[in-house]
Amino acid sequence: MVHVSMAVNGRPASADVDPRTLLVQFLRENLRLTGTHVGCDTSQCGACVVHVDGRAIKSCTVLAASCDGAQVTTIEGLAQGGKLHPMQQAFQDNHGLQCGFCTPGMIMASIDLVNREGPNLDEATIRHGLEGNICRCTGYHNIVKAVAQGAREMGAATPKAAE
Amino acid sequence: MSATGIGASVKRKEDIRFITGKGHYVDDLNRPGQAYAYFLRSPHAHATIDKIDASAASKSPGVVAIFTGDDIAADKVGGLICGWMIHSKDGSPMKAGAHPALAQGKVRYVGDHVAVVIADTLAQAKDAAEKIEVAYTELPAVTDTAKAASAGQAQIHDVAPNNTIYSWRLGDKAATDAAFASSAHVTKIDFVNNRLIPNPMEPRAAVAEYDSGVDALTLTTTSQNPHVARLVLSAFIGLAPEHKLRVIAPDVGGGFGSKIFIYPEETVCLWAARKIDRPVKWTAERTESFLCDAHGRDHVTHAELALDANGKIKGLRARTIANLGAYMSTFSSAVPTYLYGTLLSGQYDIPNIDCEVDAVYTNTAPVDAYRGAGRPEACFVIERLAEVAARETGRDPAEFRRMNFVKSFPHQTPVIMTYDAGDFAGALDKALALADYKGIGQRKAASAAKGKLRGIGFSAYIEACGMAPSQAVGSLGSGVGLWESAEVRVNPVGTVEVLTGTHSHGQGHETTFAQLVSARLGIPIENVSVVHGDTDKVQFGMGTYGSRSGAVGMSALSKALDKIEAKAKKVAGHVLEASEGDIEFKDGKFTVKGTDKSIDFGSIALNAYTAHKFSGQELEPGLKEGAFWDPTNFTFPAGVHICELEIDPQTGVVTIDRWTAVDDFGKLINPMIVEGQVHGGIAQGVGQALLEGAHYNSDGQLVTASFMDYCMPRADDLPSFKIETIETASPSNPLGIKGCGEAGAIGAPPAVINALTDALGHEDVAMPATPQAVWRAAKKAVKRAAE
Repeated sequence: MVHVSMAVNGRPASADVDPRTLLVQFLRENLRLTGTHVGCDTSQCGACVVHVDGRAIKSCTVLAASCDGAQVTTIEGLAQGGKLHPMQQAFQDNHGLQCGFCTPGMIMASIDLVNREGPNLDEATIRHGLEGNICRCTGYHNIVKAVAQGAREMGAATPKAAE
Repeated sequence: MSATGIGASVKRKEDIRFITGKGHYVDDLNRPGQAYAYFLRSPHAHATIDKIDASAASKSPGVVAIFTGDDIAADKVGGLICGWMIHSKDGSPMKAGAHPALAQGKVRYVGDHVAVVIADTLAQAKDAAEKIEVAYTELPAVTDTAKAASAGQAQIHDVAPNNTIYSWRLGDKAATDAAFASSAHVTKIDFVNNRLIPNPMEPRAAVAEYDSGVDALTLTTTSQNPHVARLVLSAFIGLAPEHKLRVIAPDVGGGFGSKIFIYPEETVCLWAARKIDRPVKWTAERTESFLCDAHGRDHVTHAELALDANGKIKGLRARTIANLGAYMSTFSSAVPTYLYGTLLSGQYDIPNIDCEVDAVYTNTAPVDAYRGAGRPEACFVIERLAEVAARETGRDPAEFRRMNFVKSFPHQTPVIMTYDAGDFAGALDKALALADYKGIGQRKAASAAKGKLRGIGFSAYIEACGMAPSQAVGSLGSGVGLWESAEVRVNPVGTVEVLTGTHSHGQGHETTFAQLVSARLGIPIENVSVVHGDTDKVQFGMGTYGSRSGAVGMSALSKALDKIEAKAKKVAGHVLEASEGDIEFKDGKFTVKGTDKSIDFGSIALNAYTAHKFSGQELEPGLKEGAFWDPTNFTFPAGVHICELEIDPQTGVVTIDRWTAVDDFGKLINPMIVEGQVHGGIAQGVGQALLEGAHYNSDGQLVTASFMDYCMPRADDLPSFKIETIETASPSNPLGIKGCGEAGAIGAPPAVINALTDALGHEDVAMPATPQAVWRAAKKAVKRAAE
């Protein structure tokens, strides 16, 4: 067993786990945060995407132990004080989900895309940026619309930082 | 039309839990004391099991039990069934081999279920499984659909000589032969409808529980139809009588058909939960989904179209070999027969059709319904024939189709189906305009100037859905009826619960069903909740597939609402002291005709439950009504899809430049949700045409068993789509709904291949038309053009 300790959605979380434990297993089974999903076994599908220290990673491909000391944000941690994150709202506004299984990872990956590429995303950038997230239901048409809106809203909400 | 009524693009109520990570999918569920199941699967495509030695494995840490086919047989557990009887041309019934939940004596495909290990943790179960020693004697395997029935192939099931399950025919051979003999032109094509793996993003899962205090079982499972699962598990597999078996299908992450069927895994988990008296949990890994979820399509077809000198179609014949895999899955037999042959007329007036289908066993995963289920296969036949025939006779493909369209309804086809309503030319006209068909010549030239090949392809699809009129399917061999049920429970303060026998796994029923109730009863949509997916709550239903939830499920709801309205009027009559016949109900208010005496729906509900204003002997208290609705016919969604694409001959990469679809789905409840269904269907159709294909090698190994090897459509493989609708109401249900869930998957593949072959100068390409295949074909086309 190995002891892991991290902050998940702003709260401390620690446990003794089998060293083979993946981050997604730690989240789903130890912390009962079942919003992050497992959809494949080869790191392709993206249903497991969370943010670790501000960056999107596939939690099925990272050991919980290697996230020791990290700040982890999952889908459950996005809404603040009962108010949805603009990307979450955009997915509902644009019917960017059907069965909902890929959706947490899709939203987390989309937020990361905006963080990296900025809030003015064209269709090609969005489609290419979501290569690591598979959806079987929507055909992506409405996901693209959702991400474009979510990106714009994120841009509008963030005051320009003086760097 | 109100903001939340029929025809409104209401945002989905169910989204909140999904976008915040609070959905309840089966793998999210955990029960105290649960044990974990892991299945040991056959590494061989075809072999006898000579010995299973689990002695070392049983001593592995954490192991609770290890079970094999012998244990299942000893408990007299029934085998898995196929619920649709098909007869061969000679009248003999289909040759259905036994399908035990764990293999008995023999394994028949890679992934076949040999044993189950149940342990305290999943890791312990997997470690123990590695210690099980199985002695196999390998047998020759056959995976090639076209060769399965040839002499000398290994026999997969003793009951099916030449691995042939049935030899079925539909239509009139003599009349069709005569039509061909006197025709001016015959178009012939040979092709494969490629095998696909549905791959919903949520892998299958099950949690099985036994309560020894009441001797009752509960199964929580990823099912599209929990009542059907309960019926099969109870009446055929015999695990418990129905009243002692509860099946729950909570949030399910997509199905596309693959979660209709009753599989070995949940069967074994349910049986095991009682054996060990602990909850048993199983979740598929994606590789297991690839190996053992029911696959789709896999037809080898030779098809011919006969034209007269004016280009009118006089006859169609098709001969198909359909691969059903190693065992017959729950609805497998119907897919290449009554869901296929009956649609070969397409949108055309074809006087003579002859269709023969041989279904074969192979050493591959079972094949069953996958989005479209037989209709994509039929559409591909007729729409490729139509396009090739048009080109061969020098006719514009749109005008060739128009000339042959059915123009008056009802229209009886030679293959059972009677098309009830449609406007095929109307959809074509709209699609041609939307796609700017007139400009295609210029666009082709512009592409050529850049060294690219541009092509345009049509697909005028029609399908039969709104599954289904019970007597009709019963007469064709179905073991079940395909009506649907709804119960409307009005609560004393006027909120409403709808209990539906359908199941939503992405289709948005919690919103669309609520829209209907809100519109009919004049109550806010927030006051309506929709209950589905639990056999303890909804009495019985047939589930969701075959684009039936709107046409059949909402029609049942509509009938139940009729009864609610009728009863509520009776109550209102007492409350308003008027005769029932003088009560009008509109916009949520009951009014006495010609007066201003009125009362709202909520107050009537309260009155129904307090029963203060009427005699409980004269009128029963309460306001709750149910209905079972059996449709009078299939519904016939139809439309035109136009695909325009560009090929880079240097790389073979295909880019879809624009996609136009004009669909007739009858009445739309929520256009936003309808469009979403079309988008998703098109994506799967494009996947079939360009990217996807399940491939078994000569050893019977599935070499496409992960997302690395099986190419799923991703966001950058697809364009945005132009989707519009026209509306001719379906006369076969009270709401005029035709259904829209499968249309994209049915219409898309021939549109893509027709466009591709147009770009290539009519060089044919098999599906999936991968860059490698397209590159090869492009070289041949360029070479031919130069000669």
